[in-house]
Amino acid sequence: MRELSGWGRLPVVEGREDVAEELEPASIGARLSRGLGRSYGDASLPASSADRIVCTRRADRILHFDPASGVLRAEAGLSLQDIHRIFGPRGFASPVLTGTAYVTLGGMVASDVHGKNHHVAGTFGAHVRALRMRVADGRALEVTDESEPDLFRATQGGMGLTGHVLEVEVALERIESPWLVVETRRAEDLDALVDTLSSESRRWPHAAAWVDCTTRGRGMGRGYISLGRYAARSEAPSAPPRLRERVAVPFDLPGWVVAPWSIRVFNTAFHHLHRNTGSRIVSPQPFFHPLDFVRHWNRLYGRRGFAQYQCVLPHSSDGRNVQRFFEVLTRLGGASPVSVLKNCGPEGRGVLSFPMPGISVALDLPFRRGHTQALVDALNEVVIESGGRIYLTKDALTRPEHLRAMEPRLARFQEIRRKWDPDGRLRSALSVRLLGDAA
Amino acid sequence: MKVAILGATRGMGRALARRMAARGDHLFLLGRNSEALARSARDLEARGAPPPVSWARCDLQEPEGFEDALDAADHAQAGFDALVVSAALFATQEELEADPKRRAALLAANFANTVQLCELARVRLLARGGGTLCVFSSVAGDRARKPVVLYGAAKAGLSAYLEGLDHRFRSQGLRSVTVKPGFVRTSMTEGLAAPPFAGDPDAVAARVLRAIDRGDPVVYAPPIWRAVMALVKRLPRAVLRRASF
Repeated sequence: MRELSGWGRLPVVEGREDVAEELEPASIGARLSRGLGRSYGDASLPASSADRIVCTRRADRILHFDPASGVLRAEAGLSLQDIHRIFGPRGFASPVLTGTAYVTLGGMVASDVHGKNHHVAGTFGAHVRALRMRVADGRALEVTDESEPDLFRATQGGMGLTGHVLEVEVALERIESPWLVVETRRAEDLDALVDTLSSESRRWPHAAAWVDCTTRGRGMGRGYISLGRYAARSEAPSAPPRLRERVAVPFDLPGWVVAPWSIRVFNTAFHHLHRNTGSRIVSPQPFFHPLDFVRHWNRLYGRRGFAQYQCVLPHSSDGRNVQRFFEVLTRLGGASPVSVLKNCGPEGRGVLSFPMPGISVALDLPFRRGHTQALVDALNEVVIESGGRIYLTKDALTRPEHLRAMEPRLARFQEIRRKWDPDGRLRSALSVRLLGDAA
Repeated sequence: MKVAILGATRGMGRALARRMAARGDHLFLLGRNSEALARSARDLEARGAPPPVSWARCDLQEPEGFEDALDAADHAQAGFDALVVSAALFATQEELEADPKRRAALLAANFANTVQLCELARVRLLARGGGTLCVFSSVAGDRARKPVVLYGAAKAGLSAYLEGLDHRFRSQGLRSVTVKPGFVRTSMTEGLAAPPFAGDPDAVAARVLRAIDRGDPVVYAPPIWRAVMALVKRLPRAVLRRASF
């Protein structure tokens, strides 16, 4: 037994993970699979300390790679970091890149992850050709959109609740060079930020905005937009980009370090550090995975942990959903050191896939007893009103009635789960909290 | 380099084989489980080992199969330059005290049979002018300690044999590399409480590969264990009778 938690370290539970090099035998009878534990809340946690859960991070063999088509098949524990390392020099990249490279293929499927290029590439699931899964009755199956469309689609974004993903087959993206051409745009308020993000997204495959959410009034939502595309061979340096050595946060900082005042200082400094820039060539790591430069950065928040919150707000007729969201956030003092906005494209095929057309907002909320729960409740009410939804991979605090109000797709998901797992063998702390699974 | 590896499907052997694959070494896999061998062979090819990476069954508990396994490796590689043995059995002291069958199996596999395999490989390597025998022993073989009396005894014997090989045959071109891992987080040690300086398989693999290239006779991994064991070896008996480690 040891303490297990997601990346936000909220909640922390007792449990045991079975770290397996061979998933085929280890997944038999297990109640949940877990990768590198980078989902923030309780999605990767056991519902009870008696539940056996399989950790896939050592099951990372590559089973096939076709350099002609770019199709990769690998065990579920292969990490995005390893995909970069192994296939980058051969001219391939994952078609979808998450904010951290310390995620596994299985986790990318279970969360149906998206990246800065969602508006052009869709979610990870759009590139998945096939899965090998251990389903609740013990069978191991090859699952494709042709063979078992319901299971295939429910597993994408299904938070690991439809079966254990053993192998993933995905088409990698061919790139001329791993280097990136990037530009930065600064915006002095939220309207300008959202407008620039939307218009630049039509020109750039990779786009995301960093927002200062501590400033109220006229400067509310000021920030900068980071834009990028892979460099053509002629533009790129001939040397391969080096993976930077990482610095680490060696221990938990005291809880008072990340507080509203320090977040305001950080955000102001961050804002003034960024200017509009012309084209620059940068290496992929700081552009796609800026947070990976600091190892154990979750320790910055101290023992009490933090809640991530991410929602997507559809484009409304008056175009003010994002403004209303930030008004509530700043009014309730929801300071977040890192807030990211992203323009999302069409919805994916995953039954519970998160992104939908609109603006996605991601926040880190240092946990404050009493305060953070009320803040999440208030934000969720704004999301429900605007017809948006939250990202389960980030969530720790949403109430089940709020999820039901924002997710008309839940009934369909639960129906597929019941068909493949009538006895409710697969469950997680999240499914008990939000989906009514037996504790 | 042409390398035959017993134990490349798991743990430190897997990490070492991947480092060799990434730099283009020719690999031949030996192991117990055909399915796992086939999967690892594909993995190593994808990571850069020249295809095809072939394999043959070889089980430390079945010494009668050793010649055939080495024949297969020699045949596929037209004579390997190095044999790596990272496979071994593991059980806790309590498990070995309680179960005579398991005890006999572990002592045989980790000492007698490993030495038999090395002897067969030694003859082949010497006949072609030399080569490398890289074998995973353990810091547990450096000094008898309460939690590893039986496991450590087998490893002590293995370390002594490998040192002897170095003395006797190094001048003829046979280089023996004794790997002494401390606690490394692998599936073998999963569930045990990790002590300070616990290592990770890839870092161990990097050190082992350097030792193979340089022909270092002994490599501790993580390196801190050389100092730790130097100290432990000097502890008086009276201390080790009382200590729990």
